[in-house]
Amino acid sequence: MLKAAGPDSVLVVPACCTSVIQGIYPNTAMNIPVYNVGFATAAASASGMSAAFRSMGKKTNVIVYAGDGGTLDIGIQALSGAFERGTDFLYICYDNEAYGNTGMQRSGGTPLGAKTTTTPGGKTDFKKDIDAIVAAHEPPYQATACAAYPQDLFKKVQKALTFRGPTFIHVLAPCPPGWRYETGKSVEVGKLAVKSGMWVLYEREYGKLTITGPSKAAIKKPVPLEEYLAPQGRFKGIDRKALETLKQRVDRTLKRFAQEEAGVC
Amino acid sequence: MLTVSTGNKAVAMAVKQAKPAVVAAYPITPQTEIVEQIAEYVTAKELATRYIAVESEHSAMAACIGAGVTGVRTFTATSSHGLLYMHEMTNWAAGARIPVVMANVNRALGPGWNIWAEHTDAMQERDTGWLQVYVASVQEAYDATLMAFRIAEHNDVLLPVMINLDGFLLSHIMQPLVADKIGDFIPPLHLPHAIDVTKPRGYGGLTGPDEHFKFRWDIERSMRDSRKVIEETQAEFNRRFGREYGWTEDYRCEDADVVVLSLGTLGKEAEMAVDSLRKEGIRAGSMRVRWFRPFPKLDLNGRDVVVIDRDYSFGFGGVLARSIEAKNRVDLFSVIAGLGGQEVTYDDIAGFIRNRRMGEEFWFGVSGDV
Ligand SMILES: Cc1ncc(C[n+]2csc(CCOP(=O)(O)OP(=O)(O)O)c2C)c(N)n1
Ligand SMILES: [Mg+2]
Repeated sequence: MLKAAGPDSVLVVPACCTSVIQGIYPNTAMNIPVYNVGFATAAASASGMSAAFRSMGKKTNVIVYAGDGGTLDIGIQALSGAFERGTDFLYICYDNEAYGNTGMQRSGGTPLGAKTTTTPGGKTDFKKDIDAIVAAHEPPYQATACAAYPQDLFKKVQKALTFRGPTFIHVLAPCPPGWRYETGKSVEVGKLAVKSGMWVLYEREYGKLTITGPSKAAIKKPVPLEEYLAPQGRFKGIDRKALETLKQRVDRTLKRFAQEEAGVC
Repeated sequence: MLTVSTGNKAVAMAVKQAKPAVVAAYPITPQTEIVEQIAEYVTAKELATRYIAVESEHSAMAACIGAGVTGVRTFTATSSHGLLYMHEMTNWAAGARIPVVMANVNRALGPGWNIWAEHTDAMQERDTGWLQVYVASVQEAYDATLMAFRIAEHNDVLLPVMINLDGFLLSHIMQPLVADKIGDFIPPLHLPHAIDVTKPRGYGGLTGPDEHFKFRWDIERSMRDSRKVIEETQAEFNRRFGREYGWTEDYRCEDADVVVLSLGTLGKEAEMAVDSLRKEGIRAGSMRVRWFRPFPKLDLNGRDVVVIDRDYSFGFGGVLARSIEAKNRVDLFSVIAGLGGQEVTYDDIAGFIRNRRMGEEFWFGVSGDV
């Protein structure tokens, strides 16, 4: 991701797992400036930074790197404001579907049926469709990606940074301790998310949808959802009703994407 | 019932017994265990509470206010940045006279991020109209939480109460805990201004200069009245459960030539410092300040006073020290120690007392040796 962005970039990071994994003062693991900001403020902080760089005539990429909690929940007001104002920045949300930093509590990104420490019986609400919310702001470019397909992510970051105005990339980020599967299975679980249609890879350029990479095949013929859920402890013992509802949702979402891409509305 | 518990779980256990109708919760280290434990109780149907997993602390306090104004009992817990993020609403809760009870697990403020103990978070809430109590053991965390509901909801108070416990030093340590059946210790809440559709009223509308100050004064009047309620509640608690609490916890103060004052777990460390100084022939005592709002009347006459602050008000000083100085007109030695989880041992505290320099401020770890 940073490779795609290049050295003339600044990372803006609200409270999340990335606050921890970047290293402890006085060290930093990144080779570009990393500005840590308040949990709710990523898009607002980045708005200020972007305006300042542009006022100095600099093209520096301002890139937010925020979790699902910092994006879908506490940060959504700032996010909406920045997108509505046409802020020139890239917002990347890496989505591990819970509050990882604080030990896996439910977030707006947690899917139905998943167990977290605040939904020990499985979540009873749906995952919030942040991509539709962002799309409603009509940004020039938005995309989804998955950590299991790094090349695809690389290309989308590169592309996003060619646009002026607000761009958004939503990355599904499988999390071994949070989703409760063996660490070695991250790539496999990520790929199953895509292959089962639980996660769809696409781009939206000026509103126009293009399904990308392995999702092209997956939306036509997804693997059974159980294959994605089974290796994950968070879905263990999911009740039948929740499972059925999840399946229906996936079906409906895939149909909707296929129809939209084909121009049928 | 005797068990062992962490400070966080002790708070959750007290909340379970107080049976709030609504808990609005948001995670933040080192408080999260409280709201996770309450979620467990609710999922296991051991507690019939509506649990609202809100999207921010501002919303957590707002949800408690919205629930509270219908006349039901409410609870939330937070820490550090979470407390700061709800600041608009903490003022609102007090101003709207909603007796929310909240546990705040004291933690430092960023930047840079620091998850360890410090009191500056709660100190920034000191002018909001919340009652504040600081605890120093797992048992006290439990007891203070039970008492908080009774005090907050008392008709002469109707102000929110914040229980403060030190991050990790108390939130995450295990100690024995006696959890009692509480019977009718916390009476049902009767909020006189609860929303009632049969008596429509406007709440929180425009208030001109001829009225606003009266509402402000009313908060202060209740704050003053709360002193008696606090004393009565602590006495009643002692009568029922046999554990005694006061405005301060005094240790070997009767004949002391020098007393050290502090908040939270530092006060327990200070007691050990007192014991070791007594062996050297220094007549020291410790006064652990429990209630910070309303601020206690302290008997310090004729003694040397050393105050340790795990907080700071920039451009002013240690908040506890300067409050004591202002209220008691004493000359004191102000020590700033333990910020962001900086380790402070009883040996360090003995050193502060032994080598006190009256009238000065000393930053532990920065100002050199005492
Ligand atoms: C105002 C405020 N509330 C709560 C927190 C505590 N907190 C820090 S990170 C975090 C969760 C972040 O979740 P997410 O955005 O999904 O990122 P992840 O940790 O999963 O990477 C929380 C609740 C905080 N730092 N500030
Ligand atoms: Mg997350």
